[in-house]
Amino acid sequence: MSKFPRTLFQKIWDAHVVAEQPGAPAILYIDLHLVHEVTSPQAFSVLRERGLKVRCPDRTVATMDHSIPTRGGYEAADEMGRLQLRLLESNAKEHGVRLYGLNSVERGIVHVIGPEQGFTQPGMTIVCGDSHTSTHGAFGALGFGIGTSEVGHVLATQCLLQRKARTCEVRVDGRLQPGVTAKDIILALLAKIGVGGGTGHVFEYTGEAIRSLDMEGRMTICNMSIEGGARAGMIAPDEKTFAFVAGREFAPKGAAWDKALANWRTLPTDEGATYDRTVTLDASTLEPMVTFGTNPGQGVSINAPLPLPSSLSDPAERAGLEKSLAYMKLEGGKPLLGQKVDVVFLGSCTNSRLVDLRAAADMLRGRKVAQGVRMMVVPGSQSVKNAAEAEGLDKVFKEAGADWREAGCSMCIAMNGDQLAPGELAVSTSNRNFEGRQGKGGRTVLASPLTAAAAAITGCVTDPRTIGPNTPVVLGEKEVAS
Amino acid sequence: MSAPQFTSLTARAVLLPITDVDTDQIIPARFLKVTDKQGLGKNLFCDWRYNDDGSPKTDFVLNRPESQGAEILVAGHNFGCGSSREHAPWALVGWGLRAVVSTMFADIFRNNSLKNGFVPVTVEPALHAALLAALAQEPNMPVTVDLGGEEASVSWPGQAPVAFPIDPFARDCLLRGVDELGYIQAHEAQVKAYEAARA
Repeated sequence: MSKFPRTLFQKIWDAHVVAEQPGAPAILYIDLHLVHEVTSPQAFSVLRERGLKVRCPDRTVATMDHSIPTRGGYEAADEMGRLQLRLLESNAKEHGVRLYGLNSVERGIVHVIGPEQGFTQPGMTIVCGDSHTSTHGAFGALGFGIGTSEVGHVLATQCLLQRKARTCEVRVDGRLQPGVTAKDIILALLAKIGVGGGTGHVFEYTGEAIRSLDMEGRMTICNMSIEGGARAGMIAPDEKTFAFVAGREFAPKGAAWDKALANWRTLPTDEGATYDRTVTLDASTLEPMVTFGTNPGQGVSINAPLPLPSSLSDPAERAGLEKSLAYMKLEGGKPLLGQKVDVVFLGSCTNSRLVDLRAAADMLRGRKVAQGVRMMVVPGSQSVKNAAEAEGLDKVFKEAGADWREAGCSMCIAMNGDQLAPGELAVSTSNRNFEGRQGKGGRTVLASPLTAAAAAITGCVTDPRTIGPNTPVVLGEKEVAS
Repeated sequence: MSAPQFTSLTARAVLLPITDVDTDQIIPARFLKVTDKQGLGKNLFCDWRYNDDGSPKTDFVLNRPESQGAEILVAGHNFGCGSSREHAPWALVGWGLRAVVSTMFADIFRNNSLKNGFVPVTVEPALHAALLAALAQEPNMPVTVDLGGEEASVSWPGQAPVAFPIDPFARDCLLRGVDELGYIQAHEAQVKAYEAARA
């Protein structure tokens, strides 16, 4: 044990350095490697070319999520997608890697099933060829996205060459007001620091607002750390974390659990440890957030006017804002409120867990999706789907007129055929509003599940706090509406 | 197994000084269904580069006749943000580019680029502005990116070499064509010892 106070990040880093030669990056040991179909084929090819095997199949978990169909069945959108899925099947089989394949009843988005199955645990180093690996930081793990070359490194050696990132505390004080959620915290942070504001840093989220969030909300926040350019986002584990992990299929059991728990309790940042930077937010003043532009940092409070390009003095920033507004066909100076919506997408590794579906269903119960609006609900995993159906949430969505789908990344990345038509505007609970992200020419407004549900009901961008309460419905013995 | 090498490059540049260019623009997700690294160059910046009917947009910089043969991209701040897809540097390299100059790169994109012999050159805003101004005057001006000197540097006619920061290990790997995977594999004994100590 070091006698100097250390941050959560520093403790996990120190515990995973295998070797560090002068002038070279550290060789960092990776506890869990998550693999999906899109960023792994070329990495497995490198293994094949060099006659290597996956070094630790028991630390490697594969899933199919990006290009799988959400209408059920096995047909990917096209032949290349099918080939990619088949290739992951054969690679996993050849190397003895556990695969949550198309016919798995527990398959789902990689960042949903990792925690759900108990693979994700505090104190771990977790990587995946996917930038949203930052999600797993919600458990007090160091999770970050890597490229395909690095996927190959980890498959072959279980290690990665890494330079230590700087740390940034993101302290979120106060309590959220009703109708304001974890998604609004992260969108507000991104609006404050911009999409490059966290570059070179690992975020640690602290403060009352973070502590009072459930694990799902914490995952939503850590998930979008990458949208601020941060290498990772982390939250110190606490009783909520341990309660979430306990009993899951791949969580430690018995004496191993006790030993793990004792270790996990030592992870939170020590009193007196310092960060390279600190950013603060006051959760009590936040309102529901929406993005208006073509990066996740271009967000405003739902009632606020969009910024005017003429208000920016930096020519590059002004040109960027003009380009974004032109793509989105929106005008500066006016709020987004009331903007007509074509599509509502509830899903993605950011907001597709049971609590997200419940929040939207509670608002939609007994109501209808507005005429002319297409709403898609895509659970983050088949386990989420089954749990939601056990509560009757699928019926709520279907009766409202929404499309209830199988698990997958779906319209967040639009690789599987689920996509916007050119010009369509979506309110989406996903994480990226880049040009064409949800389909070429499509326009994305990022928002919380509540704001998405409100848009579905009214057919336009709507403050969810203006949607009145609905009547609680009792299903079986469990009251599921608030 | 040979790794990409890079010592010095003197080449013409193409300008795309737009801030926060994300990897979804560099190579849209629908082109990520490939199982190798080939052929991505033709879809580099696809949605900015082609009309809906597939014809090239004549005013987009990569489509201009004078851009052909250029090997250095001068990009805007925070280039390569967003998705971790290594397909982004694969597509840039596939088009024929070998280096990119900006005031800041996204972390994952920078790492991915270095592993593909595609050199991210980070410069101060004033130098970036000077480069853009010089290229506006003289679009065919050659720009030099050199990793082989005392320090890695960038220069052009009228601009003496200016050092730019690059991970010394990555630079050494590029200069010598050393493969990072081989480097990690050479530490297998330490990895085993680490695992044994933790068990």
